[in-house]
Amino acid sequence: MKSAAGSVGMNRFRKKRTWRNTWEGMIPKLLLLCALISILTTLGIVFTLIVETASFFQDVPFVQFITGTEWTALFHGSQQQFGVLPLITGTLLVTMGAAMVAIPIGLASAIYLSEYAPDGLRRVLKPILEILAGIPTVVYGFFAFTFVTPLLRNFLPEMGVFNALSASIVVGIMIIPMIASLSEDAMSSVPRGIREAAYAMGSTKLEVSLKVVVPAALSGIIASFVLGLSRAIGETMIVTLAAGATPKMTFDPTESIQTMTAYMVQAAMGDISFGSTVYKSIYAVGMTLFVFTLVMNLLAQYISRRFKEEY
Amino acid sequence: MSAEEVLIHQNKRPKAPALLTDHDGDRRIGTRKMLNQIAHGLFLLATLVGVVVLAVLLLDIFKMGWKWLNLDFLNSFASRFPAQSGIKAPLWGSLWLIAVTAPLTFIFGVGTAIYLEEYAKKNWFSRLIQLNISNLAGVPSIVFGILGLTLFVRQMKLGQSVLAGALTMTLLILPIVIVAAREAISSVPSSLRQASLAMGATRWQTIYKVVLPYSMPGILTGTILALSRAIGETAPLIMVGAVTFIYFTPGNVFDAFTVLPIQIYTWTGMPKAEFQNLAGAGIIVLLAILLTMNALAIILRNKYQRRNG
Repeated sequence: MKSAAGSVGMNRFRKKRTWRNTWEGMIPKLLLLCALISILTTLGIVFTLIVETASFFQDVPFVQFITGTEWTALFHGSQQQFGVLPLITGTLLVTMGAAMVAIPIGLASAIYLSEYAPDGLRRVLKPILEILAGIPTVVYGFFAFTFVTPLLRNFLPEMGVFNALSASIVVGIMIIPMIASLSEDAMSSVPRGIREAAYAMGSTKLEVSLKVVVPAALSGIIASFVLGLSRAIGETMIVTLAAGATPKMTFDPTESIQTMTAYMVQAAMGDISFGSTVYKSIYAVGMTLFVFTLVMNLLAQYISRRFKEEY
Repeated sequence: MSAEEVLIHQNKRPKAPALLTDHDGDRRIGTRKMLNQIAHGLFLLATLVGVVVLAVLLLDIFKMGWKWLNLDFLNSFASRFPAQSGIKAPLWGSLWLIAVTAPLTFIFGVGTAIYLEEYAKKNWFSRLIQLNISNLAGVPSIVFGILGLTLFVRQMKLGQSVLAGALTMTLLILPIVIVAAREAISSVPSSLRQASLAMGATRWQTIYKVVLPYSMPGILTGTILALSRAIGETAPLIMVGAVTFIYFTPGNVFDAFTVLPIQIYTWTGMPKAEFQNLAGAGIIVLLAILLTMNALAIILRNKYQRRNG
């Protein structure tokens, strides 16, 4: 064996080198394939949504879909109406409500954590916010349905079991950690020197926070609001459990409504046949949702790039 | 220091307010300090909202579910009768889902991160991938469910199987893993890479034996956190069709399945109050799994860090 190995030693060495070179050459290609998965995912999402939505618009005219004020997709036969506006207003109602909860609390938390909190307290508070961010949305939905709604009904006895108010509050709570941590990141990156200058001029902490730090970090803060709201638009389980399944055009938060996401869940769980108009309507609503969130995400990116303060 | 600020520090009102443009200069330092104190209290209060909500939420869940939690609950299937109901099928379904999702996301996520950090040239293509990943992270999870329904369930004819669900979940959490892995890989000092290359190691040997071990704690933490997101996701799996009541545990990846969040969702929506207790008990189990995964992330990270140190 030994002599055999010796006689072909050179050859073996070269073979090994070749194999290794091939392997080295293959690696980037294999890794590129991995990287392409994310591109293919986007293409897949856009492609499936467009194909099925286009097919949906052959059954229901586009104008009727986008301007219709009745959404009764799950009714039978001629009573079916596919006007997406009630689902959009339902989504916006919940999103606005969530914004009213999450923006003040999230921003105030961010200011506290970035400017006021002593180090020890910050080390306790930040993990708690992270836990809050890691709680599954179905758990928030359970909380909305079994705790927040009964609590609210003590004050508003005429309000139904399903209402937009409870869902809005809990969706707002869900996005507080996101707004707080993104805004805090933006504020912490404001250079120390600017704060020191303001303090040296005799400013109080509040004046430094509101007139120096917040304006300097404004692009990041606004971007965090937009991202948080985009998250609220796409939220599914809380609104499905707490806001109900009655699509209607109302801005009264005590009423039961239906959001775009909640409709998609309801339709997917129902007994609908593949290829029917109702089946395709899931894609049309999904497309609308996708466009909404995409625009908001691009807007957030634009704001944080365009209005970034450079130091 | 300007004239009016001197006055402010002497706690006097400036004589000529007409010259002042800044409203705060107009106020006494006492008022300004008081405003600061009030704001301090309000900011603290706002921060505590999160803490209080978390406490109330946990209390609500434990109050509802604690009494219903026992071995029978873990070991029986769902039933019309609350007292006999359990989470055997969804618990095993969730574990199967994670077991299949974990290796897929790890391989694809770390592969993408290595490509972007170590191989890709800084051109339009790598910028496109980057932009694409950050946009994917913002797509609602239910939209991934639609993709899973169309691509995996219908086109690939995987049906409403564990594999279809796991592939959907993989696509959903891939952006999170990629971002975490990239961060971990880019934090490897370039001197380590150069030392390895200078010793005659090839590019891949350097990545495999130097870069990856060094960045593994960060990669593992990111992957486990992403998986804990996957284990709590409901909407995409409803779209993929993991909804029906299931009275068996999956035997292979092509079996039908349900998961804990879907069972919790179903029980929460049921009219009988006892089912909400069951949902509470299910949430306790779900949160326990999440807690275990997070603890695992910390332990793994510490272990690797010691080896590196």
